[in-house]
Amino acid sequence: MDLLSKYGSQLLEAFWTTIQLTVLSAIAALILGTVLAAMRVSPIPIARAIGTAYVTVFRNTPLTLIILFCLFVITQTLQIRLASPSSPTYVADNNFRLAVLGLSVYTAAFVCESLRSGINTVHIGQSEAGRSLGLTFGQNLRLVVLPQAFRAVIAPLGSVLIALTKNSTIASVIGVAEASLLMKTMIENEAAIFLIGGIFALGFVILTLPMGLLFGWLGKRYEVAR
Amino acid sequence: MTSSSTVLYDAPGPRARALYRVFSATVVVLLVAAGYFVYRALDDQGQLTAEKWDPFLESTSWTTYLIPGIRGTLLAAALSIVLALLLGAALGIGRLSDHRSVRMVSGFIVELFRAIPVLILMIFAYQVFAEYRLFQSQYLALAAVVTGLTLYNGSVIAEIVRAGINSLPRGQTEAAGALGMRKSQIMRIILLPQAVTVMLPAIVSQMVIALKDSALGYLIGYVELVRQGQQLGAYFQNYLPSLLVVAVIMIILNSALTRFATWLEKRLRSSRRGRGVATPAEPATVTAAPGMDITGTAR
Repeated sequence: MDLLSKYGSQLLEAFWTTIQLTVLSAIAALILGTVLAAMRVSPIPIARAIGTAYVTVFRNTPLTLIILFCLFVITQTLQIRLASPSSPTYVADNNFRLAVLGLSVYTAAFVCESLRSGINTVHIGQSEAGRSLGLTFGQNLRLVVLPQAFRAVIAPLGSVLIALTKNSTIASVIGVAEASLLMKTMIENEAAIFLIGGIFALGFVILTLPMGLLFGWLGKRYEVAR
Repeated sequence: MTSSSTVLYDAPGPRARALYRVFSATVVVLLVAAGYFVYRALDDQGQLTAEKWDPFLESTSWTTYLIPGIRGTLLAAALSIVLALLLGAALGIGRLSDHRSVRMVSGFIVELFRAIPVLILMIFAYQVFAEYRLFQSQYLALAAVVTGLTLYNGSVIAEIVRAGINSLPRGQTEAAGALGMRKSQIMRIILLPQAVTVMLPAIVSQMVIALKDSALGYLIGYVELVRQGQQLGAYFQNYLPSLLVVAVIMIILNSALTRFATWLEKRLRSSRRGRGVATPAEPATVTAAPGMDITGTAR
């Protein structure tokens, strides 16, 4: 109980940062991943090539490396800053945004792959019918195929979101004050290591368990009847 | 090309082909512009001089930094894959047990470790090992990395094993039962050998994840490839080249494993058809999100 009164507000803050990281990266990854999936099925050869290359590169690189790359190359070497250097919270803001960037580009590759498998589940007659009505590729994808593909991949996208929540802990590699960084500080300074481990395990179970239930339910609810 | 995705559009005519060429040209121009921007920024920082790349031509930077890094990464990955396979088989079979208590316990372990981030597991394991002096100090980080990876990947493999065994036709168990085999015999002689062929592709892709996740050891001070690349970058002040080299090595390692998985899947698919082994409709995949389905309703 001492531990909770001493670290209570810090704990909430750290998990709030984790949630912020997750939500912001999830939105960005969903948008980027959808664009990539569209590119991978598009008629334009170069778009397909770029989509494939992107997925190969980012799926096979460790997230730790991507986030380190963001800090060391984008900010330190290329001098691109994502926050105003004069602001008092420059380092924290900049690193938080870099972490969101790294998490989004990494997760987008997985979103793209899930969506592409969703596109494959849409019955071939659907897009044939769309084409015979004179829809262009873009219209066909937007109005016929993607709405059905999204409904088919709700549960897999839920798993991607859960993985993203867990991956957000890696942001601590560039010093973003989220849950695992606080855990490291606490576990080094306090004696009750099992209690601390339990608190953080419980925190993540609380975050991910409802997500799994919600997405499983949504997936069933919006399942395409065939 | 007659894959299902090409049904989304017609074969391009002359006008469409011209349009695609315009698109391609635009993309190339954009890429070149972006490349030029990066080039200018790098050049301003003096990052493009040959000396920034020289360290990779010297044997010492390989022997001091990169090769120990590769060794660390591969060692942690190999150890945790082997241990995760053992743990995964035990937990997966446990989840299919006839005894409700065994099912509950293994289900709880599997769902718990799938819900907790690997990094949290590693930090925790590191501190526990340090506190109770379970390992010599030079093996502390390795032990923590392997523990974290084993617990997480073992839980995922348990799910793969369960899905693989569940995907076999029911008649296999019934026929073996009719021959008078015990439960352990059915599992060992009938179910597991057939399920392994279904599970292998999923297991190999999980190995890719384990290999990639061994980079998490960076955060607890384990000597692996990403840490070594970062140190090399810090020493020579050439972060961009060193991190790029590390990325290329990781991508080569992982895509080799991925390609192996694809090849294996194809090979197993074709050989299964010939031998007349019971063929499940789908390869085993894990669909349920972590934290669901703890009791594991068998069959």
